Amino acid sequence: MTTDLIFDLLKNSFGQKVLKINPNDQPQSIEIMAQENHELFTFLRDDDQLYFDMLSSITGIDNGPEANTMEMIYNLYSIPYDLHLMVKTKLDRETPIVPTVSDIWKTANWHEREIFDLLGIRFEGHPDLRRILLPSDWEGHPLRKDDVLQERYHGIKVDY
Amino acid sequence: MAIQYTYHPDHLKNSEPIHTSVSSLKRGEMVFNIGPQHPSTHGVLRLEVVTDGEIVKEVIPHIGYLHRCFEKHAESMPFNQTIPYVDRMDYMSAMNSEHAYAMGVERMLGITDQIPKRVEYIRVLVAELNRIASHFVAMGTYGLDIGAFTPFLWLMRDREHILRLLEWTCGARMLYNYVWIGGLYYDLPLQFEERCAEFSAYLKPKLEHLETLLITNKIFIERTAKVGVLPLDLAVNYGVTGPMLRASGLKYDLRRVDGYSVYPELDFDIPIGTGAMGAVGDCWDRTYVRMQECHESLKIIDQCLTKLTHEFKRDKEFNPRALVPKKIRPKAGDYYVRAENPKGELGFFFRTDGRSDIPVRCKARGCSFVNLSVLPEISKGVMISDLIAIVGSLDLVLGEVDR
Repeated sequence: MTTDLIFDLLKNSFGQKVLKINPNDQPQSIEIMAQENHELFTFLRDDDQLYFDMLSSITGIDNGPEANTMEMIYNLYSIPYDLHLMVKTKLDRETPIVPTVSDIWKTANWHEREIFDLLGIRFEGHPDLRRILLPSDWEGHPLRKDDVLQERYHGIKVDY
Repeated sequence: MAIQYTYHPDHLKNSEPIHTSVSSLKRGEMVFNIGPQHPSTHGVLRLEVVTDGEIVKEVIPHIGYLHRCFEKHAESMPFNQTIPYVDRMDYMSAMNSEHAYAMGVERMLGITDQIPKRVEYIRVLVAELNRIASHFVAMGTYGLDIGAFTPFLWLMRDREHILRLLEWTCGARMLYNYVWIGGLYYDLPLQFEERCAEFSAYLKPKLEHLETLLITNKIFIERTAKVGVLPLDLAVNYGVTGPMLRASGLKYDLRRVDGYSVYPELDFDIPIGTGAMGAVGDCWDRTYVRMQECHESLKIIDQCLTKLTHEFKRDKEFNPRALVPKKIRPKAGDYYVRAENPKGELGFFFRTDGRSDIPVRCKARGCSFVNLSVLPEISKGVMISDLIAIVGSLDLVLGEVDR
C-alpha cells in the first residue's frame, strides 16, 4: 500500500482533519490537524489494511518565534505489512497542546515526557507528564529557539 | 574555572524528587532507591522502588543523570562533526551507531548507491565485531549481577581482543569516529583480515565454553527462567526492539526487514526466543538470543572477510575517502532512518532546510531509552533480587537512555 492510498483511506474517514501529503519526505508524510486527532491515530493502529502497531519515534520541533508554530512528527511502522508512515501536525506556539497518544501506543508515554521536557509541548490526557531528562526544578525548555539559560542552577553557574 | 558549589539538602529533593507520595503508602510498604550509584544498574540509573517486604509493588525509573544534550549539539554543528557525539550515545557499540548515522546522511544526500562495496563490507565487518563486544558486556555484566563472576572475566578477556582489533583500525578503543559520511577514516590496516580470521577461529570454541559455563548453568537458569516475562503484544506496544523483542518470539531484525547496507548479500539467521527453559520472553530467552546472535555475527564476519580478501580485495589505488563530500547539502525535507543496533532499533530523525550543512533538528531515538520504559510494567510483583535480574536482562546503556 502506498502513502497515496493511505491518504485516500484517511481522507474518506476523517475528511477535513487530513490536510496534505508530502512526497519529498522519507518516508512520505501526511499532515493532519493537531486537535482531535485521537480517533485518527486509533484508526491507523487498528485498521485491517494498515495496522501501524509500532510507534518508532515522536519528534517535536520548534519553528521559532517568527513562524510562531511548533510541530509534532510521528514515525509509524506496520510490522505485518512492512509500511512506513510519517504523520505531522502543526501547533500554535503560544499554547502548544496536543492530545496524547500514550493510551494507543504505551511507548509514547516517555517520548511525550521527553518532548514536554525539552520543548514545553503539553499533552492532553497524559497520565504522568513530568520532566524526564532535566531536573524537576530546571527553568525553561532548552530546545526552544528562544530559550534563555538560567544564570545559576543551585548556585552553580550554568553558562561558562 | 573551578565550579563553586555549596551543599544544601533541599537541592537534592527539588532536582529529582521521589514520585510516590509517602502518605499514600499502605501499611508495611516502603519506598527506597536503587542507584544512581549502584553497579547493578549499569550506569547512573535510579530506580525508585515501592516494596512490601521483599515484594516489589512498583518501580519508577528516574533518568537524566547522563544527559549530554546530544540533540542540541547536533543542531548546532555540521553533519560530519556530529559523528563523535553519536559514538558517545551508545558507547558499547559505537561502530553500529556511526554506521546508522552515516547511512542516514548518505540517504539524504542520495549517494547510498555510489558507496564502494569494499567500504560497505568493512563497515559491516567492524559493526558486527562491535556487536559481539556489546553482547559480551551485556552477558558478562548480567552474570555478574546475579552472582556469576567467572563468565565476566572470560568475556572481558575476549572482548579485549575485539577492542584491540578495532583500535588497530582507527586508534581508539571504544569511541571510534571511523565510519565517515561517504566513506571511512582509513582503509583496514595491513594484515587486519588475517588477524581477524584468526580471532574468529579462536572465538568459536570460546562461545561453546561460555554456553556451558553460563547459559545452561543450573543456577543461571533458576535465576532467569520465567522471570520478567515480556509478552509479545506488550513488547510491540511499548516499542521494544532488538534482542528483547526477538526473545518475545518475533522474527524481526532490521538487517533483514530493511535490508540496508550489504546485509541482503550475507547469509545469517535470526535467533528468536522459544521459551526453552520456561516462558517465551523471559530473562533467560533474552540472554540466549544475545548468545546466539554472537554466533550469527561471527558467520557474517567470516563472509565479510572472504569478500574483502577476494572480490573486493585491497588495492593501492583504493581511497576510502574518495566519496566523502566536501560540503553536505541535503535537499530540504524530513527524514527518518533506522538501523539495527545490538540493543535494538536506533533511529535518527533529521529536518534540513536545504541551505546549510547544519540540520534544523536532529532527534535520536535511543533503543535503550525505549526498552527501559517497559521496566515498570514487567517488574510488578516480583522479588527485589528478580528486579536486579530483569534490569540486567534489558541490556541498558545509560549513555543512550539519556543521550
